[in-house]
Amino acid sequence: MERIPILQMGDFLLVTIQVDMHDQLALTLQDDLSERISRTSARGVLIDISALDMVDSFIGRMIGMISGLSRIMDAETVLVGMQPAVAITLVELGMTLPGVSTALNVERGMKLLRERAYSQ
Amino acid sequence: MTVRSSGNQPIRVEQDVVLARQTARKLAQECGMRLIDLTKLVTAVSELARNTMVYGGGGDMDWAIVEDGLRVGLRLTFRDEGPGIPDLKLAMTDGWTSGGGLGLGLTGAKRLVDDFELDTAPGAGTRVTICKWT
Repeated sequence: MERIPILQMGDFLLVTIQVDMHDQLALTLQDDLSERISRTSARGVLIDISALDMVDSFIGRMIGMISGLSRIMDAETVLVGMQPAVAITLVELGMTLPGVSTALNVERGMKLLRERAYSQ
Repeated sequence: MTVRSSGNQPIRVEQDVVLARQTARKLAQECGMRLIDLTKLVTAVSELARNTMVYGGGGDMDWAIVEDGLRVGLRLTFRDEGPGIPDLKLAMTDGWTSGGGLGLGLTGAKRLVDDFELDTAPGAGTRVTICKWT
């Protein structure tokens, strides 16, 4: 079955979405991530969507769900790399991703994750 | 309005939603659409193609590159033979959903394009036509 790889970097999990996802693939990622958070006791998840040239309401909802479920599993989620055209479209679509932390790029995202995970 | 070229893309399975997005992207590029408009259009296509598959039980996307004077645009029709939409006013309300989604599909898609036309009746299927001009 087709899957999006999840990499582990110390206490954090790293996901780079590089394919045009169909809905089932997005749902599989959600399941895989929750399972990996539980198995590795990860403190944070970084999702890089810089390669995505479109985020619709389904993918937006998946991102919100991942963020919510990781929070209740004691992990932080940061979404990074959103393209400007994607951001404009998402807002016009009516989706502002409440409760989802974002950073402009991977470097800033990792910094944010470290601050959050180790400040508690 | 004259049609420069046209075609059809079936939407039967989940993977077809991805193909519909890719077809729309390629056609929008052919029209010379700028990136932001192209992104909005492709996102609207994704919402509508998903509706066709999930709620309409599958259908088709008809596409046409159209000219109106100096304007060039991409016109797309999503049609299915599904149950139709019983309460159109409700369906066009932000946040209302019948299928466990966020309820942003139809209303969101409408905001992302220039022209939006919806034709449906209970038991008679649904037909949504959108157009985005360059």
